[in-house]
Amino acid sequence: MKDSTLVVAGMLTLSAGTYACRLSGRVLRERITFPPRAEQLLEAAAVVMLAALVATTALTRGHGFAGIARPAGVLVGGVLAWRKAPFLVVVIAAAGTTAILRLLGVP
Amino acid sequence: MSSIYRTLAGGVLRDIALTCLAVWFIGLSYGAIAVASGFPLWVPAAQSVLVLAGASEFLFIGIIAAGGSPIAAALAGLLVNARHVPYSLALPDVTGRGWRRMLGTHVMNDESVVFALAQDDLAGKRAAYWACGLGVLICWPSGAILGALIGSFVRDTNAFGLDAMFPAVILALIVPALRDRVMLRAAVLGAAIALATAPFLPAGLPVLLALAAVACTTRRRATR
Repeated sequence: MKDSTLVVAGMLTLSAGTYACRLSGRVLRERITFPPRAEQLLEAAAVVMLAALVATTALTRGHGFAGIARPAGVLVGGVLAWRKAPFLVVVIAAAGTTAILRLLGVP
Repeated sequence: MSSIYRTLAGGVLRDIALTCLAVWFIGLSYGAIAVASGFPLWVPAAQSVLVLAGASEFLFIGIIAAGGSPIAAALAGLLVNARHVPYSLALPDVTGRGWRRMLGTHVMNDESVVFALAQDDLAGKRAAYWACGLGVLICWPSGAILGALIGSFVRDTNAFGLDAMFPAVILALIVPALRDRVMLRAAVLGAAIALATAPFLPAGLPVLLALAAVACTTRRRATR
């Protein structure tokens, strides 16, 4: 490993900065009262970001395509969730589909 | 703690437990990968407790292992974690005051946020947030440490489809919100923006750019 002091410095930077990110919105919301409309928008923003997170973690690996197996599993999970299947079924089916596809040699 | 049990329906707690189990398994592979990349045990152990944000930690060790500077790795990790700013803006007060606020702020992550947003009332949001946040706080570091200890004995967890679990968990929890057609359109647009920019932008930025899609919900609602 590289110089431990530098690694510790990087680690502390990352943890302190991450904590600041987590705290920022809370602090703002304690000082400003948002109108209900704005609160709805902020919640919509979180959902949009989570949807984007689903898309990128399902379909990409680094800067490239993740292959077929992972997005196929997530798609199966998504369809089941849309059809109101229990959470447990959704998650197990997603992982199971991906695992089986990989077992069959699908990337 | 007892109030978490009283407030949350058994089903939600079971769902949170399953999510935490998935986090634990991903933690195993994180610890194993960190050690295999040449880091001593204390690096993934300390990171998993202090940073407590998986994607940024993977990126951090990946960049350093590839020869990058730890400070550059920290900045790249911070870009990935910038999404916690909009998260903390979106959540109502789920933490409380004093030490609860300090600890509650630290346990904010994709899973605890999405479980909180998925509950209907504030008491439910609070209970789900704490249950999932504390669950991840236990599972992520314990998984990472065990993974680092057993190292090469951990097989590639992707073989079990574990990498499909994280997006499936988040997707399952936002589906109720996506039944609103305006929300669905914004989410699809946001996902498209993120996917289109992911090949050439640093990790973390595509998800932030997806926020632009929120604008289409405002215009739609205003014209109604």
